Amino acid sequence: MKDEQDRKVPLPDELLPRKIKGPDGFEFEVDPLQDYFCQEPPKEHPPIYVKIVEDFFNWARSESLWILGFGTGCGAIEMRPLMTPRFDAYRYGIQWRPTPRQANLLIISGYLSVKTLKRAIRAYEQMQSPKYVMGLGSCTINGGMYFDSYNTIKRLDEYLPVDMYIAGCMPRPEALLKGFEDLKKIIRAGDAEGANHYAENFELYKENQKKVILDWDMPDYSW
Amino acid sequence: MEFDWIKIPYALLTLFIVLNYGLLMTAIIQKMGARAGRRYGIRFYQNYIDLIKNYSMRSKITHGYMFYLGPVFRLTGGIGLLLFVPTIYGSEMWSNFSFSGDLILALYFVFFGTLGMALGAGESGHPFAALGVSRGLSQVTAAELPFAIAVFTVALQYQTLNFNEIVAAQQGGFLNWTLFTNPFAVAAAMIAFLGMMMRSPFDVVVAPQEIPIGPPTEYHSAYLALMQTNRNIFPIAKIVVYMNLFFGGAGSWPEFMIKAFLLYLVSALVGVVFPRFRVEQSIRFFLIWGVPVAIIGLLWV
Repeated sequence: MKDEQDRKVPLPDELLPRKIKGPDGFEFEVDPLQDYFCQEPPKEHPPIYVKIVEDFFNWARSESLWILGFGTGCGAIEMRPLMTPRFDAYRYGIQWRPTPRQANLLIISGYLSVKTLKRAIRAYEQMQSPKYVMGLGSCTINGGMYFDSYNTIKRLDEYLPVDMYIAGCMPRPEALLKGFEDLKKIIRAGDAEGANHYAENFELYKENQKKVILDWDMPDYSW
Repeated sequence: MEFDWIKIPYALLTLFIVLNYGLLMTAIIQKMGARAGRRYGIRFYQNYIDLIKNYSMRSKITHGYMFYLGPVFRLTGGIGLLLFVPTIYGSEMWSNFSFSGDLILALYFVFFGTLGMALGAGESGHPFAALGVSRGLSQVTAAELPFAIAVFTVALQYQTLNFNEIVAAQQGGFLNWTLFTNPFAVAAAMIAFLGMMMRSPFDVVVAPQEIPIGPPTEYHSAYLALMQTNRNIFPIAKIVVYMNLFFGGAGSWPEFMIKAFLLYLVSALVGVVFPRFRVEQSIRFFLIWGVPVAIIGLLWV
């Protein structure tokens, strides 16, 4: 086993701080990881309204789940039948959104390689609170058939706050529909506070994430 | 000029009715689209829930002042268009703030929201937003051309720039509608209508699979909710303009609702049947099919 220091991968050239000469001859310094990103850690957003209003909002949130169209493993193929006539999830208030800004629910659909974990983290952090994460298949629970792989993560909730697991390899679309209904119950009960949990334990999650992502070339928190 | 204060609550009531009508009707049209694809479709009250959900999101981020103002401008475009056009003909209560020359103002408001959105989406700094905006502006400008010519045709035909007088000239049987007195102008305007409704085949601006949803890529939470509100008001307001100019206006709310539904259905039907155009294809379509027809209509008058 190599030393921790040796395993660190150096930043690629385009992300290093450097001096750039503009077309008008003016020289200025650029630090790609500092200039374009806000380095502030996430804030907690506790429920602030009186209970009856918060319950009403939770009902609205549960009945309007917008999923980020982002597939990570073989489970992504199980989401397609949900959009099409056979299983048609739209009738339960579930829609797919193409951008993380507008989505509430991130589905990690199957095994998550370390390379994809980076993108999943960035997508999750760009979503707006309250947001939920669903782990699909046994790969997200304990590694599944990739339990001894060098390049996939084994337990999803070490890296992102998971609200709901759907077991199976792979779970059928019916199982997903059942999972959505159960997630709705959790949201209605006001227990789906994953975003606040993430903000609260931000350092712990970052530590876990940086343990597996060796070439960390992004800001600590993507707004 | 004397101003009647009671007009303000009446106008707000119109807005309320139109918003609810828009929310329900868009859901039903979406359901019909889903049925065409052999799906069951969304629930008819889904739009309300989505709206409440987006207004109740806890966190939002900003990219600058214009980012705030983009959705506000867009909503202003929708509401302004609605408020300055008489919704129901011949009724003091539902004629809103119509005045002589409101036709010109309506033409401005049709474009206003798009421009506001362009500024707001530009500030979000997302490349897809900029792409979507440039596509949207070029397409809407091309679609606006036959529409503007058709509007001038109508103004020339009835010798007025006032909606009330235009509708008054079309009363007395459907054969007096512009649809029958000047079919070319209406055909050109309907081609433009397809382009302005942002439905397939002219929805490459917000293509979710290609440039993730275009201009609103960075919009979320309450910003998105404002835009959703507008998405339910603006098409109806545009339909009101069309109804008044070409289809004899509406004498009562039931007549209004039926006519608005049928007009919306035209674009929905075309959208279900035809696949998406690329931008240069749609611009070419408007210039080749829309503009000459509009000019024939103009010469007809």
